[in-house]
Amino acid sequence: MEDIVQTVVAKYNYWIYITLMMMGLYAMIAKNNLIKKIVGMNIFQTAIILFYVSIGVKKGATIPIIKALHGHHEAINPAEYMNPLPHVLMLTAIVVGVATLGVALAFAIRVYNRYNTLEEDEILSQIRTKTEEI
Amino acid sequence: MKAIGFVIVLLTGGFLIYAAADFPGWGDPNSPASLHVSPYYLENTVEQTHVPNAVTSVVADYRGYDTMFETTVIFTAGVVCFFLLRTLLRKEPEDRLYRHVLTGVTIRVKEGKLPPSEEFERIDTTWTPHDLIIKTICRLLVPFVQIFALYVICFGHYSPGGGFQGGVILGASIIVYAISTDLRSELQRIREKTDALLSAFGVFLYAGTGALCLLLGFNFLDYHALAPILFVNRVMARSHGIFIVEVGVGIAVMGTMIWIYSVLASRGHYDEGL
Amino acid sequence: MFWQLDLVILTLVVFAGLGSLMVKDLLGAGILFGAYSFLMCLMWTVMGAVDVAFTEASVGAGVSTVFFVAAVFRTSRRTKD
Repeated sequence: MEDIVQTVVAKYNYWIYITLMMMGLYAMIAKNNLIKKIVGMNIFQTAIILFYVSIGVKKGATIPIIKALHGHHEAINPAEYMNPLPHVLMLTAIVVGVATLGVALAFAIRVYNRYNTLEEDEILSQIRTKTEEI
Repeated sequence: MKAIGFVIVLLTGGFLIYAAADFPGWGDPNSPASLHVSPYYLENTVEQTHVPNAVTSVVADYRGYDTMFETTVIFTAGVVCFFLLRTLLRKEPEDRLYRHVLTGVTIRVKEGKLPPSEEFERIDTTWTPHDLIIKTICRLLVPFVQIFALYVICFGHYSPGGGFQGGVILGASIIVYAISTDLRSELQRIREKTDALLSAFGVFLYAGTGALCLLLGFNFLDYHALAPILFVNRVMARSHGIFIVEVGVGIAVMGTMIWIYSVLASRGHYDEGL
Repeated sequence: MFWQLDLVILTLVVFAGLGSLMVKDLLGAGILFGAYSFLMCLMWTVMGAVDVAFTEASVGAGVSTVFFVAAVFRTSRRTKD
């Protein structure tokens, strides 16, 4: 019992990121409106970025900008700076996320121009009546 | 559909919680993510590239290939939005709306236009009354925002910042001008061809720097090759190479943000907007 | 930093995400999405990732919210869901 409580408290950031990921996944599958699905996709993406950034955290370390040393050739201890590698990967991920958001919203405007609604069940019923006519 | 969604979410969540018990504890300096490659980057970034910001030197020099393709992805997103929504041929003749300033009466003129005069001003279909405070403050704010964006791009070596952030802030300055006044007046200042050419020029600057290093006899995106052109030693050549590449990324991101905003806000017709 | 600040910001993040998904007005969903994005940026600053937080503040809480509002303006604003 003590063991389980210790595990839950020591890793609380993992539980939060799992909650956010499942919220985004549920919104993408089960919501009817197209804009809510797009919001769910973005919540999913930022939860993944939170996971990666929280891997690179070190206790008692500072931000990954090397302090100016007056005699340039002192050894730099890498244990007192944060890990810069997840930050680099997540910079790319954020900007690709906003590009995908722009394309998804252009698709939503195009669907609205054609079917005059943004609810998924109304769009599907319109498509079904059109194929039954043909 | 909601029941299927619930079942999938519970299964995936349970599996992830079971897998999370094996992860290293939070904040452990001996976790495997921090032991193998990143100490090399942290120790050698100042003496090999003379850039103290470890994230900028890794993103633009040690892992520069990924950043080049990311810039290409941003440019492709702008092109895709253009292809999806833009209508170029207009079949029906456009009718314009004018408003008499003194009395507030709106007239619609089909197939023609009135000569510019003091009494009538041209308005959009969705028109809001002239708000003096917002227009004046946004017009005063735009040059300061642009100077701050240029500062962010240039100081990416020594403080948090870099090409992406500065490019987005530059694009946001033009968007705030377009929101406070008409979209039509913003489109008269920055035409669509300028946006597209700016995005393409940013990608060309990045890939062109890499190709220049290749033509001078070194590897692709190896900035040592720029040392004889810029008349500096090899370590400073890498620092200047990082700066040129960040400027290219900033220009590409600015062009794409303005382009996507004007395509989305005007629904593709490019005449009136928010 | 200390864990109380982490816990408060994480709770606010979950509430902003839930609110953005459940509101029936699409303009409100877009603005709550901007608030969620800004709280994530605070979270990453507390964790020490300053470059990532800068990018998320300018991209997520700035340009992304403007794209949402422009798209909602060009389509409908109410939803039944």
